[in-house]
Amino acid sequence: MIRRRQVAIWLLVLGALHGIVLCAGFFAPYDPVEQDRKNPYLPPMHLHLADTRGHLHLRPFVYPFQLRPGTFDQYVEDTQQPRPLKFFVQGDRYRLLGFFPARLHLFGAGNDRIYLLGTDAFGRDQLSRLLFGGQVSLLAGLLGASFTLLIGWCIGAVAGYYGGWRDDVLMRLAELFLALPWLYLLFAIRAFLPLTVNPLQAFFLIVAVISAVGWARPARLVRGIVLSAKERDFVRAARGFGASNLYLLRRHILPETSSVLLTQAAILIPQYVLAEMTLSFLGLGVPEPVPSWGNLLSNLQQYSVLVSYWWMYLPALAMVPFFLGYLGLASALQERAEPYKIQRRSLGSLA
Amino acid sequence: MMRYFLRRLAHAFLLVVGVSILAFLFTALAPGNYFDEMRLNPQIAPETLVVLRAQYQLDRPLPLRYISWVNSVLHGNMGFSFAYNTPVAPLLLVRAKNTLVLTITATILAWAIALPLGVWSAETLGHFPDRAISGGTAALLVIPDLALALGLLVLAVRTGWFPTGGMASVDFESLSRISKIRDLALHMVLPVAALVVSSLPLLVRHVRSAVAEVLRAPFLLAAEGHGIPRPTLLFRYALPAAANPLISLFGFSIGALLSGSLLIEVVMSWPGLGPFLLEAILARDIYVVVGGVLFSTIFLAAGNFLADILLYWVDPRIRTERASQ
Repeated sequence: MIRRRQVAIWLLVLGALHGIVLCAGFFAPYDPVEQDRKNPYLPPMHLHLADTRGHLHLRPFVYPFQLRPGTFDQYVEDTQQPRPLKFFVQGDRYRLLGFFPARLHLFGAGNDRIYLLGTDAFGRDQLSRLLFGGQVSLLAGLLGASFTLLIGWCIGAVAGYYGGWRDDVLMRLAELFLALPWLYLLFAIRAFLPLTVNPLQAFFLIVAVISAVGWARPARLVRGIVLSAKERDFVRAARGFGASNLYLLRRHILPETSSVLLTQAAILIPQYVLAEMTLSFLGLGVPEPVPSWGNLLSNLQQYSVLVSYWWMYLPALAMVPFFLGYLGLASALQERAEPYKIQRRSLGSLA
Repeated sequence: MMRYFLRRLAHAFLLVVGVSILAFLFTALAPGNYFDEMRLNPQIAPETLVVLRAQYQLDRPLPLRYISWVNSVLHGNMGFSFAYNTPVAPLLLVRAKNTLVLTITATILAWAIALPLGVWSAETLGHFPDRAISGGTAALLVIPDLALALGLLVLAVRTGWFPTGGMASVDFESLSRISKIRDLALHMVLPVAALVVSSLPLLVRHVRSAVAEVLRAPFLLAAEGHGIPRPTLLFRYALPAAANPLISLFGFSIGALLSGSLLIEVVMSWPGLGPFLLEAILARDIYVVVGGVLFSTIFLAAGNFLADILLYWVDPRIRTERASQ
């Protein structure tokens, strides 16, 4: 009972986190590609409740930044003009869930602008880019993981059920894919695909590349289950009644693999989000101006950015709660599957 | 014994061959090659490109290319880099050496920390030290490599404690031998720390669960009854008994560290295989990429072979299994 509740709690946490990213348009105050060229590399504005004279305000407000006199890249807070935060304001157009046109944003500052996570080199709002970037990265992870599981599932089922030379060939191939360090494999596959593509193509390219990398482990696990399941009495009985191979697989054998697939999904998704981030960070993934968690970080490769604008690092922390959620979900699922075993994490998240 | 090792060696060899074939199959997927971009250059005649392509054998079918590449590997060249216009092997060797310095140090350090921590955690299962260690590893586990490496870099830049970027100071050549080692060590701190911290949580968890499982075995109860002191019990009796899965993990951990090192080298601009491969990918220098993948596989195969030797040395079951055959 407790274990089931644990799974439900983690699912709830993950659902909430993904909901925020899914409705990025609403939670983000601005359009992710809208530039504010007069305010490049603006530090994050602090939310205040008390002003300089010590008066408390109910409505949080920020102080806008102005250039420190005599400098060109140092900002100081202008305490003369507080900008109150307004909630549920009309702002930039966006499409909620990709379909419904909307203009409502969770917060904004009327005609003034407000940058809670600072701005990048083009004065784009980092918070908005972070939220919209999450859509790209998480979708890449989710799609990649589903494709991988599908491939691994089919291969594992074929290898386990039919056995013989198919099993040999497929499992030797799986060993190869397992043996290679995954980032090298990712590099190798990415190296031979086109470099200059538009963002949408790049996105699908990435999904294809990362889903080609990880199929081996789920395939092996599925194979193992299929191997033991096909010798079970009820399966033999069904076969005796003249059930076809496909029917047996669909009806009796593959349902047995569901718990392993779920656990693998919880392990694979964050790994794949990280893979997308890594590729985009290195400039092999989703290109600018479309934000993704990886390419938000890529300008940290410039030493000057690293030294001067520490808040450009903040997007790196965005996926920590997501990782926590998936890790919790994975271990709750694992515990549910093998309740009496001391937790031994699958090697999946390592190699 | 010789047979066991020969078999493992053959296994490693087959792995390397398999990976090289796989890598070559990927090259067949490539929609363009290094010389495609030259086509747009009006100063290069189309005939020149045909000659160049023929010279680098890009006009031949894949199996033939593979055979001539294998021939080149046997001659110690590993193909030809288009961008550098030299054989690939010497180029890769220089970088691979730097990558090895990093990964070997990180592997040793990570295991040296993970073993005592894991054993301690298993010994105090469910009590405070175990809870603290488990909590710590869980916290580290959710911080991705990329965030960790960049975070360390930001920290180092803001505090100025450690040099960032590269593996030597500008005046490296003029330093005395001892200062050279010190300089190298200082430059290694950040990348090694990132690698160790990112691989530590999984190692600790595996050590913990393996040792905890063994600690419940009857033979340890008997040993305890004989009055064998606890540390001896833990490290001389329990750890070797738990070593089998851990040694397989050792092979895996090398693969993980190689992957991690690839990324961390780019982030910290360590002159290893990482930045070099990235550059090669962007330039479509396919033989360099294939060579890099091959190098990583060789490291990995060597690591796994080492693990097999260790296993043979530690686990008497494997020795007797072979002897009885």
